[in-house]
Amino acid sequence: MQRLSPVRQQAVSVSLATGAYAISFGALSVAAGLDVWQTMALSLLVFSGGSQFAFVGVIAAGGSPGAAVATSTVLGLRNGFYGVGLAPVLRPMRGLRLAWASQVTIDESTAVALAQPADDVPARRAGFWWTGVGVFALWNAVTVVGAVLGSRIGDPAQWGLDAAAAAAFLGLLWPRLASRAAQAVAGASAVLALLLTPVLPAGLPILAAALVAIAAGWRAPRSRAEVPE
Amino acid sequence: MSAYALLWAAIVAAGLLAWLTKLAGHTVPEAWLENPRVHRIAAFVTVALLSALFAVQAFTAGSSVVVDARVAAVAVAAVLLWRRAPFIVVVLAAAVVAAALRWLGWG
Repeated sequence: MQRLSPVRQQAVSVSLATGAYAISFGALSVAAGLDVWQTMALSLLVFSGGSQFAFVGVIAAGGSPGAAVATSTVLGLRNGFYGVGLAPVLRPMRGLRLAWASQVTIDESTAVALAQPADDVPARRAGFWWTGVGVFALWNAVTVVGAVLGSRIGDPAQWGLDAAAAAAFLGLLWPRLASRAAQAVAGASAVLALLLTPVLPAGLPILAAALVAIAAGWRAPRSRAEVPE
Repeated sequence: MSAYALLWAAIVAAGLLAWLTKLAGHTVPEAWLENPRVHRIAAFVTVALLSALFAVQAFTAGSSVVVDARVAAVAVAAVLLWRRAPFIVVVLAAAVVAAALRWLGWG
């Protein structure tokens, strides 16, 4: 068997690891009350783990579909910045290629692309496409498995699926807590969301946390290290 | 519109907005997004929303703040993350801890 280049090996391993946790998304989405088709549509169309977990999290908490869309979209804003960061690697693009590149612009494809040496544009490009398409294929396939399994198990809390969803958010948050400022924003956001939970409709306490981010990011930090990646 | 149709509309809208966000990044003139304030806020928004989602998912039921089996589950998850366990292991361990505690009749 011909060996894959290092960047392609990285892309495949990241795709396998990321694809595997679509099983928890599929199961949690069905537990939140979406059916198997709706769960599959979220993975195909939204295709951004954090946004998808957020969407079903808001629905599971009894929030409105509008609040789910808003939370999912705000959480996906970072993907827009990835496109800017990838400009030297991918531009120029047009038509179907641009449409596809947009759909697979996520945490993982960006990370693998930008982890390659800055002067090796072909390796960066390969990292983006192999990871993006690899995660897309596995994420969607494994979502179906999770949704079908999840729809057969009855009360989700009995199986600890509500705790699994909390752990999933913690796992997505964890790598972003390197700086003191990020830790402070995370702490303030969690406290604000809990304080607002008894007084606001479900979904809105989560969105209100975005205000903490605006307050924290408004003024320039004393050192660059305080701003998370 | 029925609740089911409304949920479908929300899914399609979320998908469209997600794609347009990504497309915007690939097509805007680079200078537009070089504003450092915009960059800082964008970086903090991800942290803020994930943290709020975590808190609401772990510590609330309906419109009240509660302490139940999920607290022990997320504590175990935090220790595993600190020990650099893979994501899927963290999620499964949290589910097992909460399910076991509830089976024993707590939370």
